[in-house]
Amino acid sequence: MYAYDELDRTLINERVSEFRDQVKRRLSGELTEDEFKLLRLQNGVYLQLHAYMFRVAIPYGTLSSKQLRRLAHVARRYDRGYGHFTTRQNIQFNWIKLAELPDALADLAEVGIHAMQTSGNNMRNVTSDQWAGVAPGEIEDPRIWSELIRQHTTLHPEFSFLPRKFKIAITASEHDRAAIKIHDIGLRLHRNADGETGFEVLVGGGLGRTPFIAKTIKPFVNGRDVLSYIEAILRVYNQYGRRDNIYKARIKILVHELGIEKFAREVDEEWKQMGDTELRLDRAAIEEVRSRFSYPLYEKLPHMPDELKQAAHDPLFERWRRNSVAPHKVQGYSIVTLSLKPVGGPPGDATAEQMDAVADLADKYSFGEIRVGHEQNLALPHVAKRDLPALFKALDRLGLATPNVNLVTDIIACPGLDYCSLANARSIPIAQELTRRFANHDTAGLIGRLHINISGCINACGHHHVGHIGILGVEKNGEEFYQITIGGRADENAQMGTLIGPAVPYAEVADVVEDIVEAYLALRDRPEELFVDTVKRLGVEPFKERVYATR
Amino acid sequence: MPLVKQGSITTDLFVHVADGTELPGDGAILVTSERFLADPEALLRRAGKTGVIWPNNRDLDDLVPYLDRLATVALVFPTFRDGRAYSQARLLRERHGYDGELRATGQVLRDQFVFMTRAGFDAFEVKKEADAAAFAETMKRYSVFYQPTGDGRLTALNRRMQQRHSESAGQ
Repeated sequence: MYAYDELDRTLINERVSEFRDQVKRRLSGELTEDEFKLLRLQNGVYLQLHAYMFRVAIPYGTLSSKQLRRLAHVARRYDRGYGHFTTRQNIQFNWIKLAELPDALADLAEVGIHAMQTSGNNMRNVTSDQWAGVAPGEIEDPRIWSELIRQHTTLHPEFSFLPRKFKIAITASEHDRAAIKIHDIGLRLHRNADGETGFEVLVGGGLGRTPFIAKTIKPFVNGRDVLSYIEAILRVYNQYGRRDNIYKARIKILVHELGIEKFAREVDEEWKQMGDTELRLDRAAIEEVRSRFSYPLYEKLPHMPDELKQAAHDPLFERWRRNSVAPHKVQGYSIVTLSLKPVGGPPGDATAEQMDAVADLADKYSFGEIRVGHEQNLALPHVAKRDLPALFKALDRLGLATPNVNLVTDIIACPGLDYCSLANARSIPIAQELTRRFANHDTAGLIGRLHINISGCINACGHHHVGHIGILGVEKNGEEFYQITIGGRADENAQMGTLIGPAVPYAEVADVVEDIVEAYLALRDRPEELFVDTVKRLGVEPFKERVYATR
Repeated sequence: MPLVKQGSITTDLFVHVADGTELPGDGAILVTSERFLADPEALLRRAGKTGVIWPNNRDLDDLVPYLDRLATVALVFPTFRDGRAYSQARLLRERHGYDGELRATGQVLRDQFVFMTRAGFDAFEVKKEADAAAFAETMKRYSVFYQPTGDGRLTALNRRMQQRHSESAGQ
């Protein structure tokens, strides 16, 4: 965990005071709604269909138990008793009252949580691998760099009014769990031939109505220079990114219009001109941030404790363990994913009671630490293997042990038309119906890894382009229709899915998904061939035939 | 529109001269970039100070040769959403060494004062009277800054390193 010092605390308190003043001026009429809109967006406040929505940052997906309890408190005190974890390591509260927002922010600030730049045309919450610091084989903990970048991008005096929003994600593992290739800047930590730590820098990824996979702009930027290189990219974007059309304002369009080579030359030129700047991080500066991350004092534990051997006779425990428990870099420990995708529930929601209970379990079993992943699930990152059976029982009672992580019912979905003023169609009820169709976890286990992503409109908050099966809600003559794509993925081999045919009406979506899954089961080479690999091998045609033959 | 300089509302000595209108014989003037570039030498020879209003989509290279003879450069925020002039301001101050008046014009509201000051602005044509009056108060909103810019404020990192230094020196 990163521990805030007095300076970090002072800054977020100052931000709360500033926002309190802005709300006061809005309520007194001194600020017009148009003026206030931009100011509230700089601090995570949207106006939705029914109420203001409040988005709180969970930088690089790391939370302490104390912080999670405070989020539960905000859900209970200022909202309707629940929160919604998003695909970018944020949590959203959907029923907040404007006049109470400053108090909610002040309560969060006490535990080092803020909502700065969780919306608006600025540098958004920096995201990372939810297994950072505990995944085996990692180059080093990417949260050190995430925190350096979080600080650098917070209230940046030059880049707080960009052409459009700007998202940065960081990974330090070979397997990309942070979806860096669909970010404005993706950073992949690696070592060069001289053993120095640095980043492959990717730029111009993003979804929305014009989706692009990010391209490599520089294969290696030394870690000490990463801030100045990011600043060079931002400066080029701030000056030349389009501001005439909101749909063409993201950096991906600039990169596409200039071409990656020309864009890279512009950035290099700017970087060179910046010369030796104060942004260069010397070893001491990096160590300064590193020193404020605390790590658990792990015990020396056996690889296979007796508790685990005994519990292996319980088929429900075993099914959950095989699905939700992942290897840890330290022997005797595991990373446990907590599914927020119960059968019939809205993906990513957690009640205040669940949050409090997870905080307690984190204290008991995970050194007080919780992680949030972009798949809208939580994780306990340091669970001793001997504690797994007890933890399973506790999670099961809370409805947080659904053994569907990475399976067909582990659906990513945006809030959709049930909440969002931009949506054309509902997302959550589609997800809920699908979880009921595939409610048999053994069947889901046989199907294997399969990511379904649902967006209620072209803005793609549910990342439908990169779902193994992507579902996009559109509106046709006042009715909800859904376009289905297959073969997308968001990992290190990221690519966009391919449309299989005409959009289908709301009532048929679940049938179509079932058809696709059945086609896959019949077509796959062997049980280990994943859905995406079958699609890659055969293309969309056989799936298309199956879906549309009878429609 | 009130002008804020050195923290308080002050009289604007510069006259905005529209394109195509006659120049006053002396006194300080602010002209558009087109008018200035049409004949910069003639304008700079005049008795009286010269300032240029530089649009946010025009490259600074055309302006740089004249910087040391200009009394003010006015950068433009057509709306407060449009942040291009923040980059121009930093480049003028930090790369081109401009040390004359740097003025923010357009939709300038209270909530940009800190950002603008950090980017190098030191004069503000503020849209609302109440915002102008609140300038000094607003500048006190923040005491911690994460990024180094040319404004000389210590960053959080500077302060942390100093603290470490003094701690280890005291041991």
